[in-house]
Amino acid sequence: MHNFTPVSGFIGGALIGLAAALTMLLTGRVAGISGIFGGLLRSEDRGWRIAFLAGLIAAPLLAALAGHPLLKPAMPASLVVTAIGGLLVGIGTCMGGGCTSGHGVCGIARLSSRSLTATAIFMVVAVATVAIMRHGFGG
Amino acid sequence: MRLILTSFGCGLLFGAGLLISGMTEPAKVLGFLDLFGAWDATLAFVMAGAVVVTAAGYALARQRGLPLFAATLQWPTRRDIDAPLVAGAVLFGIGWGLIGLCPGPALVNLAGFSEPVVVFVIAMGAGTIGHDLWRAHSVSVSAQTSVRSDG
Repeated sequence: MHNFTPVSGFIGGALIGLAAALTMLLTGRVAGISGIFGGLLRSEDRGWRIAFLAGLIAAPLLAALAGHPLLKPAMPASLVVTAIGGLLVGIGTCMGGGCTSGHGVCGIARLSSRSLTATAIFMVVAVATVAIMRHGFGG
Repeated sequence: MRLILTSFGCGLLFGAGLLISGMTEPAKVLGFLDLFGAWDATLAFVMAGAVVVTAAGYALARQRGLPLFAATLQWPTRRDIDAPLVAGAVLFGIGWGLIGLCPGPALVNLAGFSEPVVVFVIAMGAGTIGHDLWRAHSVSVSAQTSVRSDG
């Protein structure tokens, strides 16, 4: 297995879960990032959305102050494909009502049938997409 | 003000979790999705940790019945599996599989201000607005159902 990091993965995941739990316990809201982002663009209830997303972006900036270099991720595709990917993520999460956090974490945590269905579908489709892009199956 | 500060803190914690888990790195995510290559199972452990802690927090929230700094617990209410849910998940799956970024990690990566991430986030916003415009146009024909997201 390649670069497998289960311990930091589980700890990081637990922190994501803690953030999602506190978002509900303190603010009564679901920590679904596409929902928060989309609502901001629709100018619904903007204040807390801006604050939450500012916190997300502040995380690596604070980590940089603590000596962890700011990340500039290696992207797997050209700018055009990156734009197509972003467009599909925007349309898809909006149409399907959530992403990996809203459906995949928060929705599964409350055993929502919509979220379980959406997560199963986007996982299978993403696996198929990577298989086609990397190994050329069916293409 | 408490709601704003709390939301900022929750976002910060969420971002820290994404960074520590490695999920802000598209290569890690694509490594999980690449079942037919050098498979990296990390994402499953991230999901497991996140779901377990969220479920515990949600159980506590249900027991309390009210959030601390807001009027109500805004649980999503929809239960129907409809065509937009399925089609949306398919489109999102393709976009996620192409680049290895979903909305959370994309926004965390915005801090590095690299060109491809900025392009991805702008495209994501354009997709969101485009979908809303298309929907607003099409609902003038048929009756509107809720546009509120599950998450």
